[in-house]
Amino acid sequence: MRWFWIDRFDEFVRGKHATAVKNVSLAEEHMHDHFPGVALMPNSLVVEGMAQTAGLLVADAIEFNRRVVLAKVAGAEFHFDAVPGDTLRFEATILDLKPTGSLCKVTSTVGERLQGEAELFFAHLEPGEGVPKLFEPDELLQWLDQMHIYDVGRDEAGRPLARPDW
Amino acid sequence: MPSRDEIYEKVKAALVDALGVDDDEVSPAATMVGDLGAESIDFLDIVFRLEKAFGIKIPRGELFPEDVLSSSEFVTNGKVNAAGIAALKARMPFADLAKFEANPSVQNFANTLTVEDMVRYVQGKLAA
Repeated sequence: MRWFWIDRFDEFVRGKHATAVKNVSLAEEHMHDHFPGVALMPNSLVVEGMAQTAGLLVADAIEFNRRVVLAKVAGAEFHFDAVPGDTLRFEATILDLKPTGSLCKVTSTVGERLQGEAELFFAHLEPGEGVPKLFEPDELLQWLDQMHIYDVGRDEAGRPLARPDW
Repeated sequence: MPSRDEIYEKVKAALVDALGVDDDEVSPAATMVGDLGAESIDFLDIVFRLEKAFGIKIPRGELFPEDVLSSSEFVTNGKVNAAGIAALKARMPFADLAKFEANPSVQNFANTLTVEDMVRYVQGKLAA
């Protein structure tokens, strides 16, 4: 089982910004008890969806050659709860990107309403820096395909992204 | 070249953003780890913010020389040896290491850096 908190990318501009959507459903098991009769998506999981959107954007920008790990939520604010039936739209922008880490701003909206906003700091770790291998290449590629990154992805000049040959 | 006070205000803003501390918790004498609760990942975040605020480049290990502190050449029985102290002084002219020298246990190093050291570091970078 994988920890998927986005359903697909709608926009993906290499090294710049990306938009992913997450459809919130009562079928998700955690909703059954959180809370009984008043289901809502915990904002910690909204942060995870934000981190997956921004993390894949960053990982692609550094050609997947380091392990991109959410190191710090530098600030997060939420304005209302996400509930079953909502479609969350995560918009991630890279504010700063260096070999060792990156800083991203991510917003979560439902329709026109701003649901949440966060600044996420990612560490880019090399093998041996304490984090085990996160993905097998074929599993990662399967995930990227499932997220439609190579359907919607473009480089800065607007050219389609080449699917890696792993 | 900005004044010391201008640098201090920008360093303070970077620390407030990176560490989620209040304005009044940051003082020149406050230690980064002990008083402001900085963890190792925060130093990476702080480096990002200082680079942006001042338009400087901070090479890895310059502000926090982790390579010296983890080297068997410079550390003996958990304490930084004389060669290590000399290396730290050479690498960190901006830091006041007198207190650390009195008890140079590696784990004490985290409590050595102060906000004023960060200001001096930036002053040195801007003057270079």
